[in-house]
Amino acid sequence: MWLELEKRPEASRLFTFLSPVIALLLTLVCGFVLFAALGKDPWQALYLFFIDPLREEWSLHELAIKAGPLILIGAGLSVCYRAGNWNIGAEGQFIFGGIFGSAMPVLFHAWTGPWLLPLMMLMGMIGGALYASIPALLKTKFNTNEILTSLMLVYVAQLFLDWLVRGPWRNPEGNNFPETRMFDPPAVLPAIWESSGRAHWGFVFAIVAAILLWFMMEFTLRGYQVKVLGQSSRAGRFAGFSASGMVWFSFLLSGAMAGLAGISEVSGAIGQLRPSISPGYGFTAIIVAFLGRLSPIGIIVSGLILALTYLGGEAAQLSLGVSEKVTRLFQGLLLFFVLSCDTLILYKIRFNWTRLGGARP
Amino acid sequence: MTVFESILITIITASTPLLLASIGELVTERAGVLNLGVEGMMVMGAVVAFAVTQMSGSPYIGALGGIGAGVLMSLLFGFLTLTLVANQVATGLALTILGLGLSGMVGEPFVGVQGIKLPALLPPWLSDIPYVGRVILGQDLIFYISIALVFGVSWFLFRTRSGLVLRSVGDNHASAHALGLNVIGIRYLAVMFGGACAGLAGAHLSLVYTPQWVENMTAGRGWIALALVVFASWRPWRLLIGGYLFGAVSIGQLHAQAFGIAAPAQFLSALPYVATVLVLIVISRNRRLTLINTPASLGKSFVPDR
Repeated sequence: MWLELEKRPEASRLFTFLSPVIALLLTLVCGFVLFAALGKDPWQALYLFFIDPLREEWSLHELAIKAGPLILIGAGLSVCYRAGNWNIGAEGQFIFGGIFGSAMPVLFHAWTGPWLLPLMMLMGMIGGALYASIPALLKTKFNTNEILTSLMLVYVAQLFLDWLVRGPWRNPEGNNFPETRMFDPPAVLPAIWESSGRAHWGFVFAIVAAILLWFMMEFTLRGYQVKVLGQSSRAGRFAGFSASGMVWFSFLLSGAMAGLAGISEVSGAIGQLRPSISPGYGFTAIIVAFLGRLSPIGIIVSGLILALTYLGGEAAQLSLGVSEKVTRLFQGLLLFFVLSCDTLILYKIRFNWTRLGGARP
Repeated sequence: MTVFESILITIITASTPLLLASIGELVTERAGVLNLGVEGMMVMGAVVAFAVTQMSGSPYIGALGGIGAGVLMSLLFGFLTLTLVANQVATGLALTILGLGLSGMVGEPFVGVQGIKLPALLPPWLSDIPYVGRVILGQDLIFYISIALVFGVSWFLFRTRSGLVLRSVGDNHASAHALGLNVIGIRYLAVMFGGACAGLAGAHLSLVYTPQWVENMTAGRGWIALALVVFASWRPWRLLIGGYLFGAVSIGQLHAQAFGIAAPAQFLSALPYVATVLVLIVISRNRRLTLINTPASLGKSFVPDR
């Protein structure tokens, strides 16, 4: 038996919508089999993983806290990927956003005022954008592969943060713990709805940013340039669009988004810098971007879904004794299924029972 | 044993997984397929090799298990990118994410378990000879395989008809198809070879380099292997230089830390990654040369027309 692909005359609208749904269902089926293989009741496990976290007010807040950075980073990455630039170092840009944004409350904690939070957010974006400008510069100037450079810089950023919080930025009154001082209240991103839970304004930033990016992609010349250059840089050149300009634009934009996510997380959810400030948001956001069909609005939905896998993993560990590492496994499987289901958009799949593939005379 | 000898031995140990993973990826890329999932295949190879060694008691069977895990992972990649023509970059990332997650789960019972080291291959009277004996002849089987593969792949790619066929598929898949070659089938084989090598590289990490299982123990080596292929301009011999250069950098920073060099430990640990970026700059700077060396169909999907 062999699979054969037949190109559709035009992209299937039905499968454009259905493919992420099928991918989610297939992931659930895999989860069912996996939990059954681990000797757990699969129905109960899936319920705990995907439904239980949605039932209580406080856990909805946790969902928003996890979804915020995923949506912010994912929306920025979607523009980058649409433009054909592969920034996979968002994790590092997230960290540098956290570091830059924390400079004020850590180094000058006595200076406060209503301008402090906006300044921190701005510096976070600058930090992320600056860190993303390294692969952009290397790609435009030296023709280096941005996938490899942006990824290598993630490791460098992690080590740099580790050095900061163990060395120069360590809390002098912190009993030698590797962390900075706790931020003073004026430097903490406030909760959206104080009386009901701790979800902070980072989630609002994410929704607003996603809508703005959607508007940019759909209704502006810039969005059109992104699409044209992404589909064919040759066509873009004939239209007079600058490919290297687009490298800069998409990297700076996605870096700034990741940086904003970083400082929002540090200021709103953690309240200080620690050796590790992200449970892999920068990488998970890649899955968010693809599950959301590289459309900022779709990414809001997919960000919430992947945030749920983090919560579900914690819940499954507490009540079932299943390792929380199952979360990353689910996330990886989901991306695999999304990518394979996307084939259905452009191709019909036929089963050929008679002969193996290859050229015909 | 002198300090100099032990430094040489550690450099060889650190370089072998890089060399193995990159020689596999080189063949894959020569066939026109960009598999960014080396890290994922490698980490799966490491955990499966460790687990099989624990269960069977033999690190040789364990290494075979590592190879098997790498091949299975690469088949997953092949099915998506070759049969379903999914985007190769995204699928490679997915393979890495999946491998890191799955290996964490599979490896959980083995964290902190004492490992079994792959023994030296040759008898002691050979490996006790100063320098040549202790450094080269005292190595394990995987080291000899890695060196043999550089010879073998170089010979295969440039001296055999099959190698020519593989390169033609990577340089122009449409012409290769028109000549009646089975493009997809050849690419599957190349991807599987890459998976086998990455799996063996992972096995080397958990059976020789540090004989234990630690989560994420590949620590970016799969990505460095990818950079090495660019560094080598897709030529096997240059991998030998690149692999050992990077092994020396990563070992050099460890020795520098041990000697108490004044720089913070984190800066030294960042050296291999910074070195990778610098090397990529130097190699890629000349656009025309890069264009000539890169397999022309690299990363492009192929759907046979009928």
